[in-house]
Order: sequence, then structure tokens, then C-alpha cells
Amino acid sequence: MANYSTNEFKAGLKIMQDGEPCAILENEMVKPGKGQAFNRVRIRKLLSGKVVEKTFKSGDSVEGADVVDVELAYLYSDGEFWHFMNNETFEQLAADDAAVGDNKKWLVEQDVCTLTLWNGKPINVAPPNFVELEITETDPGLKGDTAGTGGKPATLSTGAVVRVPLFVQIGEVIKVDTRSGEYVSRVK
Amino acid sequence: MTELDWRPAATLQAIKERADLQASIRAFFRRRGVLEVETPILARAGVTDLHVHNLSTRLSGPGMPEPTTLFLQTSPEYAMKRLLAAGSGPIFQLCKVFRDDEISRRHNPEFTMLEWYRPGYDDYQLMQELDELMQELLSTEPAEQITYQHAFLDIVGIDPFASNAQGKLLDYLSANGYDGVVTAADSLDTVLQLVMSVIIEPRIGQERPCYVTHFPASQAALAKLDPADTRMSRRFELFFRGLELANGFWELTDAALQAERFHADNQQRLANGLQPQPIDEQLLAALAAGMPECAGVAVGVDRLLMLKLGAASIAETLCFPIDRC
Repeated sequence: MANYSTNEFKAGLKIMQDGEPCAILENEMVKPGKGQAFNRVRIRKLLSGKVVEKTFKSGDSVEGADVVDVELAYLYSDGEFWHFMNNETFEQLAADDAAVGDNKKWLVEQDVCTLTLWNGKPINVAPPNFVELEITETDPGLKGDTAGTGGKPATLSTGAVVRVPLFVQIGEVIKVDTRSGEYVSRVK
Repeated sequence: MTELDWRPAATLQAIKERADLQASIRAFFRRRGVLEVETPILARAGVTDLHVHNLSTRLSGPGMPEPTTLFLQTSPEYAMKRLLAAGSGPIFQLCKVFRDDEISRRHNPEFTMLEWYRPGYDDYQLMQELDELMQELLSTEPAEQITYQHAFLDIVGIDPFASNAQGKLLDYLSANGYDGVVTAADSLDTVLQLVMSVIIEPRIGQERPCYVTHFPASQAALAKLDPADTRMSRRFELFFRGLELANGFWELTDAALQAERFHADNQQRLANGLQPQPIDEQLLAALAAGMPECAGVAVGVDRLLMLKLGAASIAETLCFPIDRC
């Protein structure tokens, strides 16, 4: 992987720090009028998700991280791995639990997800912004309530739990915003 | 610079505040009998400073079969010193200066500088006058002063002039989240500049402006060394609320010493893989002819305006910052 000089730093650039791929969030030069310039950089560590500040002497080089995002369709899980496929080349990739993390509860077969690959290996799986899932369990609740007074919890086919309005029942398919984990609507 | 915006970055209010600020600066010096001068932006020679980089352009004209490289000034210092040597008396200038590779929240590659020289003054008298200007322009409290050495001793607990300063400072940096930014292979000045920028600057001049005086001799630039302690120079800087506002010298008037410093800079440039710069022979000739003993200071006007406006970025003070020029 190529090295990047501090002059090439900008938001979005992927670099290696402490053995971990990182994404630059912000880059600011600090320079005394007659002195050496430094770059103060905010970076997100892509494995741990931690955001940290780092300082570099301007002109220094940093190892780049081979990090790319690819769009793959979710196929199935065998319990240990989550399998995805490129819909054009039919190549398959398996992501482990660490890469899928909490997002496993939003994985719907055939949905196209964004996988972040480091050296070809998935390190993060981002589901689509909206997914449609069936309710497998919820309190039958009170009939005739349409005002949505806070709603009730409902368990979905993937195990995700979201708050739904009282009128939504077991067996119905609902649309959920995966970024907030919030109910959007019923799906006919 | 993908999406070009034709509109000004500064509000109309900011544009008016700039006009007022510059009018106040001119009135201040007129009252004090300091002559406003205008020197060229273009010069045959640039600066040899290790960390200040000229922009340059090419001039064609009669008698020039090949275009000549000219440098855009990084400060009007050399030209103003030639005026002093010619007997101008006290002079000031408000002008555009240019520095390559300086873009940040506090830097625009083209910016406005106020620079003035006072024959017969030393650095302390000039600091007093700058303080009076600051109080008039920004209604600041009288400035405080700390020597470079005491700033390090008070805040970091390390004497920058001690023989083991570099090792101690590297340990300090490692222990404070700056591990590996600089190493033993870097010069002591580089290490000092990192500590100054990230540790000391944020902790001084928050309530009232703060002068840091007696910069190390190795960072003297165009200042005299302190006759009382030649490890130090008579160079000062002014800091206020996280901004470096001014840099001043009790000026070196010795042409031979000045030439030595320029050549030493160029040696250091070579060692750092930088292009040596042509030396300003006209400045050296003026010093040799006899420049009066004097003190001079350069002030970043856009940063004064940032303070006046409470702006977080220099772009807010500029009609068209570099990404809109």
C-alpha cells in the first residue's frame, strides 16, 4: 500500500495507525510563523470505532490502509459467518461476527449491504438504510388505538426489537430505519 | 475546491470592520508621526527561512530574453529596512504578503500584514507601543510578558536551554499523547516548536495578550542576540486567545552577521532537502551602508480581525479566501 504525505491528508483518507486501519475525519495545520508545521488530525479507528487525535510533523509520510467499500447482497448465515455475494460476478465473501457486529439484526436475504474491506477482508457491514422485516412477537395490545401513545416493543424475525404502534400485529411486515432503529411504516 | 462559490465568505459587517480596523491603525501611526510607506510585493530575492516559503512568479520585459523569477514577499521587512538605511525615520506599512503551503483555519496563503520600524527603540519599547495599539484596537487589558525559558519552565517544567533539554522534552511529549511526532533525529528547534505549538500556546494569553520574549538564539531570525545571555535572542512574539499575532525583533544591524545567518539557513535547507534561496544582496548592502539601531514588528491584521469579530476561521475575515479566489 502506498504511503501518504501529510500534504495528501484530507477527510476520508484511510491510513494505518497503531496497526489498525483508520479514516481521517478532520485535518488541521498548526504552524508557528517561523517554525515547523504540524498536522493535527482526528481519525476514526475502523476496527474499534474509536475517534482519536493524532499529530504529525508536516512532510512526514504515513502508511496508507487498503480499505475499500463494496456493495454485496446478503445470502445467509451459518452461525459463525455471514455470507455475501457480488450480484455481478457472483463472487462470495464471508464476514465474521466482529465485522457484522450489532448490524446482524438488520440483515435481510437479498438486501444489498455495504461491506468495508481491509486487505480484502470484511471489517464492517452496513445494512441498507431501510429494511423490511416480519414481526414474530408482540403484545396483542389494545384494539382501536391509532394515536401511537409510545407504542409497544415488537420482536422481528432477525431478533431485532423495535418500538411499534399498538395497532401493529404479529405476522405483519414493517419498514425500519436501520440508522436509528425506529419503526417507519407497515408494508402492505 | 470542487464547487466554486462566487459569493464573499465575509459578511458585510466583517468587511466594514476590516475597513474600520485599517483606518484605526493608520490614525494611530499618523498621530505618532510614523510615516506610511509602500514597498513592492515583488522582489528579486526571497527568504532563506527554513519554514517560510515564497510564492514566485515570472517577469518578462525589454532586455529579458528569458523571463526572470521574482518572489512575492512573505513580509515587507527587507524593503523597509532599505528605507530605514536610506534615512526614512519611523515607518509603517499595511500590505499583502504571501506564503506558500500555509492553509488552515488560521492561515490564508495571501494575508494582510501590518509592519513597522522604530529607529532608536529596543524590543521592550516596541512591545509597549504594540500593546498600546492592541488596547486601542481591541480594548485588551495590558499585555503580560514571559520569557521563552520561563514559559517552558512554568508550563512544562523543563529548561529549554539545559543540555539535556531535547531528551526531557521528547519524554514529556511521549507521556502527553505526542509519542513519535518528533524523534531524537529532529533538531532541538523542531522539538521546541512542537511543544510551543501544542502545549504552551494553548495555555498562555487567554485573559490578556501575552508576549513571549527571548526566543532561543537558534530561532533568532533577524533579531540581535541578547548581550546579557547569547543563548537567547531579542526576538519576541505576541499571543492572544490561541492566536499568534505578532513577531518582532530588536533588529540585527550587522551586515556580516546577517549574511552568516542567511548562509547558515541555506546550509540547513540543503540538509533538509529544500532548495537554497537566493540571498537578498540589496538588504545586505543596506545593512553595510548603515541601518540605524531599531526595533520592528509584524502583525497579522486578519487575525486581529478574527479577534474583533470572534471568528473561528480566518476565512470569515476575508472577502474571498483562497478557496474562492
